[in-house]
Amino acid sequence: MALSIWVAIIGLLVGIAIGWNIPLFIPAAYGKYLGIAVLAALDSVFGGIRAAMDDKFDNVVFLSGFVGNALMAALLVFIGDRLGVEIYIAAVVAFGVRLFQNLGIIRRHLFKRA
Amino acid sequence: MTGKKSYMALIVVGLLFGLMLSMQFRVTRENIANTSVERIRQLTAEVEQTAEKRDALRDRIDELRKELDEIASLTRHDRLRSELELVRMQAGLLPVTGPGIEVTLNDSPMALQPGQNANLYILHDEDLLKVLNELRAAGAEALAINGERLIASSEVRCIGPTVLVNKTKRLTPPYVITAVGNPETMTAALKMKGGVLETLEFFNIQASVKKINKVIVPAYTGPTGWRHARPAGEGVTQ
Repeated sequence: MALSIWVAIIGLLVGIAIGWNIPLFIPAAYGKYLGIAVLAALDSVFGGIRAAMDDKFDNVVFLSGFVGNALMAALLVFIGDRLGVEIYIAAVVAFGVRLFQNLGIIRRHLFKRA
Repeated sequence: MTGKKSYMALIVVGLLFGLMLSMQFRVTRENIANTSVERIRQLTAEVEQTAEKRDALRDRIDELRKELDEIASLTRHDRLRSELELVRMQAGLLPVTGPGIEVTLNDSPMALQPGQNANLYILHDEDLLKVLNELRAAGAEALAINGERLIASSEVRCIGPTVLVNKTKRLTPPYVITAVGNPETMTAALKMKGGVLETLEFFNIQASVKKINKVIVPAYTGPTGWRHARPAGEGVTQ
């Protein structure tokens, strides 16, 4: 468990370093899409941590959720833009609520262990 | 968890997540920097530079005017001096005084009814131009708006809520037009039936004319210069 946390953190740091120094630049118009995708990914990460604490962690579910949620969220923003309805707010709320729920469960797990 | 495979997944997820996070952070940061701070700083610097240049040029104008005055006072030749005086008066470079009138114009004080066009009840450059034109037709010899001398090349233009004259001076209502000339003729010309003031009063624009024994019209202080025109010589008539 401890090792996998370190592995994840190292991956995160490498990713940040690459993203920081990459000459590729995303146009500002697409900033909203990436932002929602980041939120979805964050939700998946916390969901994964929670599942690991429940001893229900499944690699396939985690990976597919991470990629799928991010893509779906970006798609939602795209559709909302076409329709002139700010659907992405729904994504923000849904992911936000789930994020905090997972956070609460993780917290309880930590207290139980201590 | 199944050993190696799960580590790979974690690494991939961490990598992707870090990439997304940092990219998004950069986009947001760049956005803020681009639109507001950088642009404002750039424009401010430009304005400051231009203002400095303008001040330098203004000083130069003052210098040259002083030089001209000195030369004028040095000239022994009386005829030459009086001719110079006359030409400068014609050009509007001398303050002049004499009998004349003072026309005060202001926006309509009326409260606007819903659905009415506000543009009809405020003064425009066109209204001022009509008054000025009428005054010139009635023999005004020197004109000024709010203390800003009008010369042959002076323009009167709406710039937002203000009026721009002499390329650089912004004027705000109330507009006070001073004119040197025959007070009776000029007043009669303005107050003609169906004339300028009557039209303005129809839209409730405040206008008043005052005859004055001795109005003072200041000298022109704006930029002068001939960038395109050249003397064509005495003999040329066409």
